[in-house]
Amino acid sequence: MSLPEFLAAHKREVLTLSGEHLWLVGVSMLLAVAIGVPLGIALSRRPALRSLILGANNIMQTIPSLALFGLLLPVPWIGARADRLAILALTLYALLPVVRNTYTGIAGVDAPVREAAVAMGLTPRQLLWQVELPLASNVIVAGIRTATVITVGVATIAAAIGAGGLGEFIFRGLAMVDNNVILAGAIPAALMALCADFVLGAIQRSLVRRPLRIHH
Amino acid sequence: MNPTPAAAIEFVNVTYRINGNRTLISDLNLSIRRGETLMLLGRSGSGKTTTLKLINRLLAQSDGKVLVDGRSTTDWDVIRLRRHIGYAIQEAGLFPHYSVEKNVALVPRLERWEPARIAARVREVLQLVGLPYGEYSDRYPDQLSGGQRQRVGLARALAADPEILLMDEPFGALDPITRAELQHEFLELKRTLSKTIVFVTHDVAEALMLGDRIALMDNGKLKGVFAPAEFLRSPDDSVQPYVNAFRATRQILNSGA
Repeated sequence: MSLPEFLAAHKREVLTLSGEHLWLVGVSMLLAVAIGVPLGIALSRRPALRSLILGANNIMQTIPSLALFGLLLPVPWIGARADRLAILALTLYALLPVVRNTYTGIAGVDAPVREAAVAMGLTPRQLLWQVELPLASNVIVAGIRTATVITVGVATIAAAIGAGGLGEFIFRGLAMVDNNVILAGAIPAALMALCADFVLGAIQRSLVRRPLRIHH
Repeated sequence: MNPTPAAAIEFVNVTYRINGNRTLISDLNLSIRRGETLMLLGRSGSGKTTTLKLINRLLAQSDGKVLVDGRSTTDWDVIRLRRHIGYAIQEAGLFPHYSVEKNVALVPRLERWEPARIAARVREVLQLVGLPYGEYSDRYPDQLSGGQRQRVGLARALAADPEILLMDEPFGALDPITRAELQHEFLELKRTLSKTIVFVTHDVAEALMLGDRIALMDNGKLKGVFAPAEFLRSPDDSVQPYVNAFRATRQILNSGA
């Protein structure tokens, strides 16, 4: 059976697994952004925390994903369901690029701009929302973009603990020594990563410092 | 109204140390009169920018008191204090993601002025610094020359009509022709606006030309306050190098003519 034939025969399953995959990636990324951006902001306020948090995050990245899934298994509530476990692990992986880019983006705001803002009487909150976050936004989105692409890939491993997703095909194909089955998982995952990269890239470009427009 | 010309800004025994040991300003006593332009003159590292930043509490003194309108800056609500004082710096520090109009409107908007009043004020203040509203309001800082950015920076500092204006080498990074142009316009502005201005510079000629009085700083200490004419005649040891440098330039220029 050729690959197109296999895909045609398993259309339903491909769609279901793609949906599961999307869900794992989507929820993990939402969590990673919800946690990572505030954490990055906190780092820019307290440089003392920087080496601690970025260090811890770096160590996270060095743990092989399969091992991390296994390590999280005994955690109560989380370990009870494979998808929770997978989402937690994926969130932890996605965190570093989000935190680091948020911090880098805010730290990259020109010193005179920040000084003028403070001297003009912006409150710390106004400084954050009106100056720092808008100016850092394209760097932050770049971090989210990197994290999303990585997460789409790592999420295939989630199938190893029964969390579903396109990894199901990959692991099944490996067991069956059938390249078509492997590709039925790998190709949609790759397409998903490319799409995410394209969409987030477009958003990032739309956020370059000065909107390119003559009139508004 | 109080008929006595109370000081707009006053330093009383002010000392500023960093990390508790290195002293950047020691025992500064200085009274800045309402409506005057006081030039803080000194070399780099003399403490003039530090002195300026103590006024709007970008820095907090270690000892002593800084009074603005007779009230210690530590008693002011710091946000109120800063919005009450205009601030213009060498790099202008314009927000790169804001148009000229939005940059200039910053403080009035923070102060929740009526939109119509903000629009009128932006127009007025841009006119004041020589930038026609129609031509510049929609531009972004990276579409402006250095001199134009400085003008916008000045317009932004003036927008909420503060009584006090702090300027930190605002013309320092400009080419000589643009600088001379802006210096002349500054003299005009200063006459029409009659604000209390504290102006940091390391350029003697600029200090002599723009200032009502010159406060000379050296190594964190105030060496004296002089009217420009007094400054040129002063036998003071710390003034001499500046006067000599100024005269030397003059002589070279004259002999060349």
